[in-house]
Amino acid sequence: MGLVQDVERSYIRTDLPVFNPGDTVRVSVRIKEGEKQRIQQFEGVVIKKHGGGTRATFTVRKISYGIGVERIFPLNSPNISKIEVVTEGRVRRAKLYYLRELRGKAARIKEKRFVGKPKKGK
Amino acid sequence: MTNGFFGKKIGMTHIFAEDGTQIPVTVIKTDTNYVVQRKVKERDGYEAVQVGSIEKKEQRVNAAMKGHFKKASTPCLYNLAELGCAADDELTPGTEINCSDVFKVGDVVDVSGTSKGKGFQGSMKRWGFGGGKATHGSMHGRGPGSIGQSADCSRVFKGMKMAGQMGNKTITVQNLTVVDIKADEKILLVKGAIPGATNSHILIKKAVKTRG
Repeated sequence: MGLVQDVERSYIRTDLPVFNPGDTVRVSVRIKEGEKQRIQQFEGVVIKKHGGGTRATFTVRKISYGIGVERIFPLNSPNISKIEVVTEGRVRRAKLYYLRELRGKAARIKEKRFVGKPKKGK
Repeated sequence: MTNGFFGKKIGMTHIFAEDGTQIPVTVIKTDTNYVVQRKVKERDGYEAVQVGSIEKKEQRVNAAMKGHFKKASTPCLYNLAELGCAADDELTPGTEINCSDVFKVGDVVDVSGTSKGKGFQGSMKRWGFGGGKATHGSMHGRGPGSIGQSADCSRVFKGMKMAGQMGNKTITVQNLTVVDIKADEKILLVKGAIPGATNSHILIKKAVKTRG
């Protein structure tokens, strides 16, 4: 099965920053409307990273006008023009589904505090 | 050049097109293919090449075939097939062919291989029959139901869908697009699924019914 991974490697994007569940990210997505192309931003908390290789996806959750909105992005899609890590969150699990039941103040995530030098890629 | 090529199925994945759409692809690993025999119109009545691929240990080849390979000065090979070619192609026995010589990105191909064997299967799995009621005393279960009429004809028609061997036969999938070719690694990416298990040998040919 190693060959499939070798093939996938050439299609994996290396220009994106490292981010983890709990981080707040701003994702810029290319959207095509007829002939025109524009960039839409989606900012929220990463609640899940899923899959590997070219299949990898991540889910971003935000509260839009009081309603929770989740969007799943394919990580290696060429439609993602940019990912910015806004804050790094300190969480204790990989899937943050518990955020769905929480509202307002309770749904906050503690920010990571670094002793010494900040992590690379920040 | 020939109109076909031998390869090995490696597995499936997906890649992204430039516009962001995901394309499901099958990874095919190809080896060098050798021309083993050349048929020409004057001698044989038609133009063709016999092509083989994937090296075989010499001890596993019988004397007759060993001589055949020796005549073409190629290694002993697993797959052999006669493929079409043009009259002016210089394909003398012993010529090495690579997948990038035969195909280019965007070509439409047919892929043949041996499907995964499922053994002796009933009509529900093999043909998708609905089966009968499992309970309430139906006594039908997974049976096929009626297979014909009574007095008038008094026989079962040939080709009736019934239980039997499923899979492990040659299947051809037509009109698959070549998405990418990695010439250095001799890897071919074909859009869609192809028959057979991982590492099974397959024959890729230029499509017979290309859609314009």
